[in-house]
Amino acid sequence: MGRPKGEIIMSALRHSPVHSKHIEPVKRDTAKSLSAIAWGRLRRNPVGMFSLGIVAVFLIAIVASALGLIAQDWDRQYALSFAPPTFMGSSQETSQEDGVSPSLPPALTQASGTQLEMYGLQDPLQPVLDQLNSHTGHDSDPLIGLSAETPMRAATLFLGADKWGRSIALKVMKGAETSVLVGIAAALLATFIGTVLGAFAGYWGGWVDALIEWLYGVFTAIPYLLLVFAIAAVLQQKGVFTIILILGLTGWTGVYRLIRAEYLKHKVREYVLAAEAIGASHARRMFVHILPNVSHVILVQLSQQVVNFIKAEVILSFLGFGVPVDVVSWGSILNETPNELILGYGWQLMTCGLAMATLVTAFAMLTDALRDALDPRLK
Amino acid sequence: MAAYLIKRLLQMIPTLLGVILLVFLLFNWVGGDPAYVLAGKFSNPQDIANIRRQLGVDQPLFIQFGIFLRQVLTFDYGLSWSTQEPVSHIFLTRLGPSIALLLPMLILETLIGVAIALAVAYVRDSWIDRSLTLTTTAAMSISLLIYIIVGQYFFAFVLGWFPVQGWANHGESWVRYAVLPILLGLAVSIAPAIRLYRTFVLEEMGQDYVRTARAKGLSEMRVMLVHVLRNASIPIITTVLGSLPGLLIGAFLLERFFSIPGIGREVIMAVERSDFPVIKAITVSVAMATMVFNLLADLAYQWVDPRVKLS
Repeated sequence: MGRPKGEIIMSALRHSPVHSKHIEPVKRDTAKSLSAIAWGRLRRNPVGMFSLGIVAVFLIAIVASALGLIAQDWDRQYALSFAPPTFMGSSQETSQEDGVSPSLPPALTQASGTQLEMYGLQDPLQPVLDQLNSHTGHDSDPLIGLSAETPMRAATLFLGADKWGRSIALKVMKGAETSVLVGIAAALLATFIGTVLGAFAGYWGGWVDALIEWLYGVFTAIPYLLLVFAIAAVLQQKGVFTIILILGLTGWTGVYRLIRAEYLKHKVREYVLAAEAIGASHARRMFVHILPNVSHVILVQLSQQVVNFIKAEVILSFLGFGVPVDVVSWGSILNETPNELILGYGWQLMTCGLAMATLVTAFAMLTDALRDALDPRLK
Repeated sequence: MAAYLIKRLLQMIPTLLGVILLVFLLFNWVGGDPAYVLAGKFSNPQDIANIRRQLGVDQPLFIQFGIFLRQVLTFDYGLSWSTQEPVSHIFLTRLGPSIALLLPMLILETLIGVAIALAVAYVRDSWIDRSLTLTTTAAMSISLLIYIIVGQYFFAFVLGWFPVQGWANHGESWVRYAVLPILLGLAVSIAPAIRLYRTFVLEEMGQDYVRTARAKGLSEMRVMLVHVLRNASIPIITTVLGSLPGLLIGAFLLERFFSIPGIGREVIMAVERSDFPVIKAITVSVAMATMVFNLLADLAYQWVDPRVKLS
């Protein structure tokens, strides 16, 4: 018999002591695990399954884009500046032949070198430009890239193009990758911190609890976004990792509150006392015995946090405190849109807003469905 | 009552000390040496040493903490690094516009939210209720950034009904400038408010006293507006009071888009300019306001519902 002593006693506690060995396999066949029951409930919820499908589509696309399978060349200039979506048709058909965008004022198209010659000046950047030209293989002006030799740019594009002629569809896809990955990573970090602190505070009580409660009081006294701004001001270097850290380190309070309450409730339950009786260590009781029993709370919180952090990342990046300039996220895309609107181009705003609203709604509905499936007693 | 008040005020001290410590560690320890930021790109060691002495950052950390503590207690945070304006003056002058924007917004949100919540809770599970739930879900899913961007573009730029940007502190021009930001703020906040207040109202409608009131033959109007509303107002008042300090910061996007010289916009600008004294002052002050308003919310709770025992 290679079974550890504790397990025999546990199974004896669970079942009647006499038939324990006989009954056990039968029970295992009929009794479903909590996750199987929850999955069954979720499957019967059409709204939940529908939103799960949408979230899954987003996640698959994001993984594909992170692996470089799609949207890899999102920053290639496919089309003319602000090319309209294909289904809208093009008003720029005539200009397609000479490749010069009519939306640019004439002064700007002239600027490609001719002005400098007019004044008899040497362009100090000419060597650099020549080097760039030899790299790209054609001798157009790489800075403006609108001279006649440029490969023909499309006048229309699926969902349109941005100021630089990049595909909005690919750009929003790439932005989704950044925003959602930041949201998920920050949610994992925040949920982890909240769970560990909540477990310690709830399980140990006493001065440990008092100390962590004090920390909680301090963090909740400062409005969340203000705290995030303060940290963003202090950390000078921008980056995806920094923003994950900021959001994760500040966003743990909600999870902590719930997990602490759960641990307070569970630590006096009989199964935990039984675990103590068979000599399970504190750490084992906290994380092997109690943790699986509160995991449904953690899962729901995690799902909710992802939505919150996606929204927070969008606002931070919009303000310029989030992702660096060479990374595209939903926030940095939205940052471009007020000026585009004034010029009369709304496709980027629409596409990005729609993608964001779809994911956020689906995620929120999935969270509700998860909550219903995992804990039917809750409303 | 007085004993309770004193106890609560005493309990605030460790939390406030914690906030001060957190802000201090963030800016004086994590943040690194501000002298390099202030001295600019063309500096020499002498300048940097001078700046360090002026700011007191050449002192050990605990003395710096003492300086910061004194700043908090005397509400004198020194001068702004970027404008050389006294920080307390910045804070006090920016408070007015923020409140002039937020107070009408909060009052309207509460009145409209409660009215709609009462109405839909009364016809609960009807198609009106369900379609409103659906509408609020959809409304909440759209980023507030998009509300503001599109609202400002459409109502101010395209239709020209309102000025695109600007602010006046009082009078007719205040109305002219404030209406659009307030409406857009309402558009963002009304959906979650309705949902929250609806659950409060529904909770009360299931109580026995409602059945008793109906059994007495009271009109539905009276049952809803006197009996239910009065009891539902308890959690509503606490929510509204508790949300007030957070709103000061929450309206930063409105303030930024419409160039309203309020607290939120000041924070954003201070972060952009690395103006640490301003951020420190606003963070600590808003945290204090949050704690005070939480206490006020608890007191209001007892005032509305005398059954609640303060302990």
